[in-house]
Amino acid sequence: MSRFKVALHILPRRGILDPQGKAVADALHTLGFKAVEDVHVGKHIIVEVSAHDASAAERDARAMCERLLANPVTEDFEIAAVSAS
Amino acid sequence: MKFGIVTFPGSNCDYDAYHAVADVLGEDAVYLWHKEHDLAGSDIVILPGGFSYGDYLRPGAIARFSPIMHEVIAHAKRGGPVLGICNGFQIACEAGLLPGVLLRNESLRFVSEPVRLRVENNDTLFTNRYEVGQLLTMPVAHGDGRYTADDETLDRLEGEGQVVLRYIHSPADADEYWSPNGSMRAIAGIVSTAGNVLGLMPHPERAMDALLGSSDGVGVFESVLARVAA
Repeated sequence: MSRFKVALHILPRRGILDPQGKAVADALHTLGFKAVEDVHVGKHIIVEVSAHDASAAERDARAMCERLLANPVTEDFEIAAVSAS
Repeated sequence: MKFGIVTFPGSNCDYDAYHAVADVLGEDAVYLWHKEHDLAGSDIVILPGGFSYGDYLRPGAIARFSPIMHEVIAHAKRGGPVLGICNGFQIACEAGLLPGVLLRNESLRFVSEPVRLRVENNDTLFTNRYEVGQLLTMPVAHGDGRYTADDETLDRLEGEGQVVLRYIHSPADADEYWSPNGSMRAIAGIVSTAGNVLGLMPHPERAMDALLGSSDGVGVFESVLARVAA
């Protein structure tokens, strides 16, 4: 067993009202970042897990997202990176 | 009739619920610590308001895995009544007892104020003491109350009469729906398919005495008592 660091992104699903993303976009516009077209605010979670290999660590992380870390009704998740730690 | 009131770390309406049941209604009430493994003979379970686990991850997401929830879910599956108020509604959704989810208020502001509600269905375990179209006043106090589900789920909820309470703008125009949090279709409260689980963002347990602003919440408790005792 080795130790892996799995980085996860959890974001509000496209099409679902994201008032936090909109508020941040408005603030960026106010600061002069006129080129900002859209902002989505989500979560970045790092899970450190022991597993036989990287693909097992990723499989575990996926199951964690499905069961707890993301809400399947309104959020999407992606495994951003798996690295040995 | 015995009410079991679940206390999670961070619950803060459990005392209000206890007061409503024990002092106003004169029924038995017992607190159920979230680490317990049985409901102590409760006939009706209340998941109270608050900020269980500090709303970490998502409101209700972690409370849903507390040991007592195993028993609450089994109770609900047997047809036992469960009343999820505010954070309790969020927990019931996370636990899969009710469809959908409660997201951050559209305004991004915490709302704490009395709201006007319209009874949409009185043929339920929790609303049979009201009339359809009856207007109620109850307080809300939440930052994450925007009921959200996909269109198919919303259509089904409406079609099956599972939408029991909606927010309205003012009693003068009771057909004009409006919501303090951006809820889809102005939904304030829904029941499960089997009808034995009610989730609502407004606080009936804080609307038990006209002296404190409203006694419109009493009907929720009397409704369930009338049906369960029958």
